[in-house]
Amino acid sequence: MTIWHILLGRLTWSSLAFVRAWRDPTLSELIGAAAAAIAVGGAVVLFGLLTYLRAWRYLWSEWLTSLDHKRIGIMYMVFAGVMLARALIEAVVIRTQQAIAINNQGIVGPEHFAELFSTHGTIMVFFVGMPLLIGLMNYVMPLQIGSRDVAFPYLNSISLWLTIGGGIMMMASLVVGKFSTGGWSGYPPYTELAFNGGVGPDYWIWSVSLSSLGALMTGINFAVTIYKFRAPGMTWMRLPLFTWTSLCTSILMIFAVPPLTIATLMLAADRYLGMHFFTNDLGGNMMNFVNLFWLFGHPEVYILILPPFGVYSEVVSAYSSKELYGYTSLVIATMAIAILSFTVWLHHFFTMGQSAPINAFFGIATMLIGIPTGVKIYDWIWTMFWGEVRLNTAMLFSIGFMVTFVIGGMSGIILATPPVDYMVHNTLFLIAHFHNMLIPGMLYGVIAGYYYWFPKAFGFRLSEKWGRRTFFCFFVGFYLAFMPLYVMGLGGVARRSQELFDPTLRPWTIVAEIGALLLFTGLACIFIQLYVSIKQRHQTRVPVGDPWDARGLEWSMSAPPPEYNFAVIPQVSRRDAFYWRKKYDGAYRPADHYRDIELPKNSMCGILVGMGLTACFFGFVWHIWWLAFLGFAVAFGTAVVRSFNRDVNRVIPAAEVAAHDRRWLDRAAAARPIPRHLELTPENEGLAKWQG
Amino acid sequence: MKRPIRHARPATPRAHSSRARLLTRIGAIMASLAALSLSGCSVLSRGFLAPGGPVAHAERHEFFFVSVVMLLVIGPVILLAPLIAWHYRLANTKSAFRPQWGFSWILEGLIWIPPTIIVIVLAVFLVQRTEQLDPYRAIPSNLPPLQVDVVSLDWKWLFIYPELHIASVNQLILPANRPVHMSLTSGTVMQSLLMPRLAGQIYAMTGMVTQLNLAISEPGTYWGENAQYNGDGFVKQKFQVMGVTPADFSHWVASVKQTPKVLDDKAYHNLSQESTIPQPITFGTVEPGIFAKIVHQVIPPGDAAKHEEAKYDG
Repeated sequence: MTIWHILLGRLTWSSLAFVRAWRDPTLSELIGAAAAAIAVGGAVVLFGLLTYLRAWRYLWSEWLTSLDHKRIGIMYMVFAGVMLARALIEAVVIRTQQAIAINNQGIVGPEHFAELFSTHGTIMVFFVGMPLLIGLMNYVMPLQIGSRDVAFPYLNSISLWLTIGGGIMMMASLVVGKFSTGGWSGYPPYTELAFNGGVGPDYWIWSVSLSSLGALMTGINFAVTIYKFRAPGMTWMRLPLFTWTSLCTSILMIFAVPPLTIATLMLAADRYLGMHFFTNDLGGNMMNFVNLFWLFGHPEVYILILPPFGVYSEVVSAYSSKELYGYTSLVIATMAIAILSFTVWLHHFFTMGQSAPINAFFGIATMLIGIPTGVKIYDWIWTMFWGEVRLNTAMLFSIGFMVTFVIGGMSGIILATPPVDYMVHNTLFLIAHFHNMLIPGMLYGVIAGYYYWFPKAFGFRLSEKWGRRTFFCFFVGFYLAFMPLYVMGLGGVARRSQELFDPTLRPWTIVAEIGALLLFTGLACIFIQLYVSIKQRHQTRVPVGDPWDARGLEWSMSAPPPEYNFAVIPQVSRRDAFYWRKKYDGAYRPADHYRDIELPKNSMCGILVGMGLTACFFGFVWHIWWLAFLGFAVAFGTAVVRSFNRDVNRVIPAAEVAAHDRRWLDRAAAARPIPRHLELTPENEGLAKWQG
Repeated sequence: MKRPIRHARPATPRAHSSRARLLTRIGAIMASLAALSLSGCSVLSRGFLAPGGPVAHAERHEFFFVSVVMLLVIGPVILLAPLIAWHYRLANTKSAFRPQWGFSWILEGLIWIPPTIIVIVLAVFLVQRTEQLDPYRAIPSNLPPLQVDVVSLDWKWLFIYPELHIASVNQLILPANRPVHMSLTSGTVMQSLLMPRLAGQIYAMTGMVTQLNLAISEPGTYWGENAQYNGDGFVKQKFQVMGVTPADFSHWVASVKQTPKVLDDKAYHNLSQESTIPQPITFGTVEPGIFAKIVHQVIPPGDAAKHEEAKYDG
């Protein structure tokens, strides 16, 4: 036990991707080193830029330590955007490998390829999907229910920093050490010490643990917010649909995420403490892991899908200038999906040898989910019916979603049929299916929501031109990338294949590669859209705050909203509260009486807890025990010390609130109400012309 | 086993109703149209859409049946969503506009009841087919099934013919038109056996035995693979399945019995080391009861084997 060993644990020179590439300069290692260089270079450039712009203080005091749900939401989405870029690049590398490696080794070796599909999946689920949606919910949900913040702002900050900590670990695995090769589901015994002694599975265990802890806290936070922080009069059946789906997702997070945390911790106990939960020998059984994992994994799918369903409900209704069709049906369907999602986990392993009646039960339960899902889609179609549909970016994504998602539903029913599942399970057909659900279901929805709520968050609209280009890339790109995978899957091509042996597959892999590149171009379009929109923000400002003539409370304040959201907590008398207020001329009126508003002070405790626990888990990965202890001490100590602090709120005086509100009302009074066909022109200042 | 093949009633595909058969026809026609329109579609002939046995055949039927039903379900959405959006676009001033309309009992009935009926219909078929195509269910035939014990290793498949006392690695020779019963276990991590043109997947897991029944209808060459990722050699863990006539099968058995290699504890231990093998291997003699020893971990599985390394090396 040398001093180096105590200081650095298992870290050695060859843990560094650069050193490995120097010693063994194969193409695969060089690609790994290049990725590490991008990660390190990106961090260096970011730090340099922040220092050059002297932005550290601003960033720290206005953002990183902020407990404002709106800023936390935006930070979630920025983080997810960075992770999305990485995981999508990985997807392109995976597709490129399969397009090239037909009877040859291609560009990445077997182990590197396995790391790629493992990080791609882990990142997309835990560090893109969930943060994007949690970010969106964070921003929008409190505004929709007429609340000043979430129930536990400090907990919200901890959740954010735990999630970011997990992302930092994912990025660190690019540079030091290797990531797991066991896929995003990390099935033992393959991920047990006996078969994978390195740090890879440990990286997976601990980064997923961070994410799952964060998600659990978010679930509790949001559920309590919706239960307890609704504005007076905001009864259950007046909640906007996005809030309904947020509630269902929060409940799912509370009940579904703990099995994952437990499963990963049990696996960690096997690896660190010599236990035998899932090992091959001494009574371990991997079937328990598989069950626990999917007990989480299936509700997780709906954690990812339900909030976008809420987005579509809002977007389709707003851009059709029409009441949402079948509100009650949609609420029932959402709840039904949330409950049914706990009854289907076994369909992820019909092939594990259980009896036919069990498989049949879970197959039927799976098909049942198709009913409420189908109802939802028809509800959106009937919402457009007798409406006035503006076919902008968000609507294109919504319609693209409906058309594409049902194809995924079809392959889902096919997979839910056990006899067919025996043939296509674990093949590219399965890969095509869940991408067919998640890309239209989740990603399109987030992009639509991003386009829809962006003007509210930043006070100016996004570029429509680049939005349409984004839609083209994501729509066509999806079909090109994944339809060939359906075909190859029917041909029995196993998922996670680093090399293929049949030249007849080549046309299909090349089409899929083109699709992947197109999807990547789509992501580039999103970034360009943001850049272009910021540049032309002076022509697209919507300070009055209602650029789309929309219906929910979130549109009833200035854009961007004041940090306390509502000058006066609104009184809600019916569904689509803001719409009816506009109709009966109750909008844009000063309040009779302004009060002092109490808001949480900024706090660095969230970042300390999050980063402390990240350091602790990083120490676990590398067996650097002093770091693990120190990190845990920081996290735990911060939590304890903060709990004694009673001075956590600050007060915004009523006069200040009144002044801000008056300025906004003056602005609204001066603005010209614009009709819908002019909403994409510079004339749109965020005041809608009444035309009902 | 020496009975000539013509005396045996071939394993028949399961009977199904005429309506389902019609749907199959439609499905088959549509599939072949799709196949024509997409040149280079020989990829589909690798999988269960080109079945080589009754199990894959029935599973293909089920695939077409569900696909056709689902196409009827999703078709309206694919048409309606863009059409309605386009018809009610803002620029079309002729279309009706009723912003307060948000409910209709008729439409509610239309969107809840027919899907429910379709799911009930599909569920009835699902229960029936899942029972019929249970991988544990023996395939009806006059002939006794051939028993094959399968052991998944890193990164190869070991096939033991316990009644014949022979074994092969990465090569599965089976008599056509005779049912086969497989018992699977794993000597290492969890794996999944898939023979795309013959029978669907079942996991092979250490310390446990899963079962798979299949049959080959026509003599010919098929293939199989592991579909569950298990490390660097995963993509090489593929094998040829040869369906042969009973006479050829007897010849093959006789020739294998000539090979001097013996599958005993030591040979198995060597075989179970992580490796890919370029050519199939055959064992002329198999120590009786070796499969049970693997299942009951008398011979320790992969990871434990590493701990016990010294025992064998010493």
